[in-house]
Amino acid sequence: MTREAGKRKGGVGQLLIPLIAIALLVIFNLIRDPSFFSIETKTNNTGNTVLAGNLISIINGASELAILAMGMTLVTAACGGQDISVGAAAAIAGSVFVRIIRGAAPVTGGTVIGAFLACCAVAMLFGSFNGMLVAVFRIQPMIATLILYTCGRSIAYWINGGATPTIDSPITGAIGSFIPGIPVPTPVIIVAVMALLFSLTFRFTTLGLYTQAVGINESSARLNGINVTLIKLVSFIILGICVSVAGSIGVCRLGLINHETLLIDIEMDTILAVAIGGNSLGGGKFKISGSILGAYVIQMLTITLYAMKVSSTDVKAYKAIVIILLVVIGSPVVKRWFTKVIGNMRNARKIRGAAKEGV
Amino acid sequence: MKKLLALVLALTMCLSMAALAHADDLIKVGVVNNPPSESGYRAANVADFEKVFSAENGYEMSPYYSLKNDEQLTAAQGFITDGVDVLLISAAETTGWDEVLTAAKEAGIKVYLFDRMIDVPEDLYEAAVVSDMAKEGETAVNWLLEQGLEEYNVIHIQGAMGSDAQIGRTGALDAQFEAGTMKKVAQQTATWDEAEAKKIVESVINSGEKFNVIYAENDGMAKGAVAALDEAGITHGVNGDVIIMGFDCNKWALKELKAGNWNYDGQCSPFQAQIISDLIKSGETPAEKKIINAEKGFDAKTITDEDIATYGLGED
Repeated sequence: MTREAGKRKGGVGQLLIPLIAIALLVIFNLIRDPSFFSIETKTNNTGNTVLAGNLISIINGASELAILAMGMTLVTAACGGQDISVGAAAAIAGSVFVRIIRGAAPVTGGTVIGAFLACCAVAMLFGSFNGMLVAVFRIQPMIATLILYTCGRSIAYWINGGATPTIDSPITGAIGSFIPGIPVPTPVIIVAVMALLFSLTFRFTTLGLYTQAVGINESSARLNGINVTLIKLVSFIILGICVSVAGSIGVCRLGLINHETLLIDIEMDTILAVAIGGNSLGGGKFKISGSILGAYVIQMLTITLYAMKVSSTDVKAYKAIVIILLVVIGSPVVKRWFTKVIGNMRNARKIRGAAKEGV
Repeated sequence: MKKLLALVLALTMCLSMAALAHADDLIKVGVVNNPPSESGYRAANVADFEKVFSAENGYEMSPYYSLKNDEQLTAAQGFITDGVDVLLISAAETTGWDEVLTAAKEAGIKVYLFDRMIDVPEDLYEAAVVSDMAKEGETAVNWLLEQGLEEYNVIHIQGAMGSDAQIGRTGALDAQFEAGTMKKVAQQTATWDEAEAKKIVESVINSGEKFNVIYAENDGMAKGAVAALDEAGITHGVNGDVIIMGFDCNKWALKELKAGNWNYDGQCSPFQAQIISDLIKSGETPAEKKIINAEKGFDAKTITDEDIATYGLGED
């Protein structure tokens, strides 16, 4: 019976760490403040009835992170390394988005879609640049993406042509907060759509399987006829799409682009989300859902600390402590140790049982 | 009387010497500054220097932009070797400048500091034109006190901790918190990040605590804070429940003020070039080497379109 349970657990095994982390945070918050997760409806300043509360803040606030984490999981799985330029690339994508919208006199749905497609194209271009360095020139992903990480925000500045351009349109406002008549924040809906797209892609194409194969053993994947270079390149291009979505959401939220602060330091949180999600940072097997959960863990942690009035200068330190714990618990060494301990306990029970039978 | 006469004589001599030396020649100016990409403030600052120190005004300006102190030092040394007449410096860091400025003095180059002070003896430079960040904070807090609210429940969103602007703009408000005239509902740094400012305000709203003032240490963070209020259906601005205060006077921010969405915006003037140019051309040495650039605070009720055109930074 125990063995069967173990097998069933195997399905969610990878998600165990983020699920436990979320459970602990939920329990902790409920003890601290029973009404912490209560959701209420409010009428916002544009006259819509919307949902509000800490839970909404967490799910809404983690949107950009969750979207980037999805793409990052794929890159991690295929290349065994991470893209550290996602924040800078998102600043570029956001700048392109703002530039086009500011260029259009009346902002219509068409211009917003056009602006998004353009920023998507630019982000995919930068993604394929990164991908080219990694897949064709075989540069380590972190080094390859260091280039864009360093110069990306300067490029965004050139596109902006100066300070902090603003956009003021009901359409972009709706993308960043709420669509009239829908009480759920738009970024949350976008995350759901992205997650759906990813799962459909994996269901109806071989991308997921091939990515995994490349990540586990490149040469055997090649011998089996998989185009390794293409798979790696595609992972970076898909991350590019994620970057453009995240960048556009970030810009629409505030109605302003600041090339220095848009999604600042998000690359590290993104990599963390992938790691907390139980994905190996060395590539191979992966679970997008784990990374999304990881993103929510990180955001829940931040909001919890804010609610506890921890000074935001200290938030990073507390976050680091919790993350060290999570990553260490999820590390192969500790996992092996746990399995060993559990195995020993089982053996001990067996021996005891056998001894009893013997008596 | 004699003293006065001597002073006048000395002044005329200085003036005529300056005039003679560059009678048919442009004044060569080396500018060491931070890059315009640093911030909207810096972009306006760089543009201001380019405008004032132009060929039409009798200058030949060579700028050098870097965020790194050592690169700035090398550039300044280069300007000295090139034989510029005047060296203008906004240093990345306050330390390490003694040697270069001594070399400039020995070469007879006049040094003016702008925007930021440097840790060197006063005799190494002619004048320093700087902002008084603490005064900006005081002006803003005095304005807030004048509003005569029954109670002040303030959300204070700080800039990057340890930066001049943060320390200056925090000081005056902290004094009120300590004196008990205002209540600190939350005091958090968003490190100039708009999105972080929004999250901070969101968490206060979710906690259900009362507040009626948001004091953000720059415009971007004020905008982030307002986004959180809008989503929660809390009114703000001139006829609203919450007073919104920002700093830096970006053009778009002043427009928010004019529209009544915000209440106050404090200026941090990037316009030091004219003051320095006047000093160079007059040849005067100011009585006090540290010249504080006069700065304003704008009230939503009194701001005019002309103010926005004159004092607004960046694009609209």
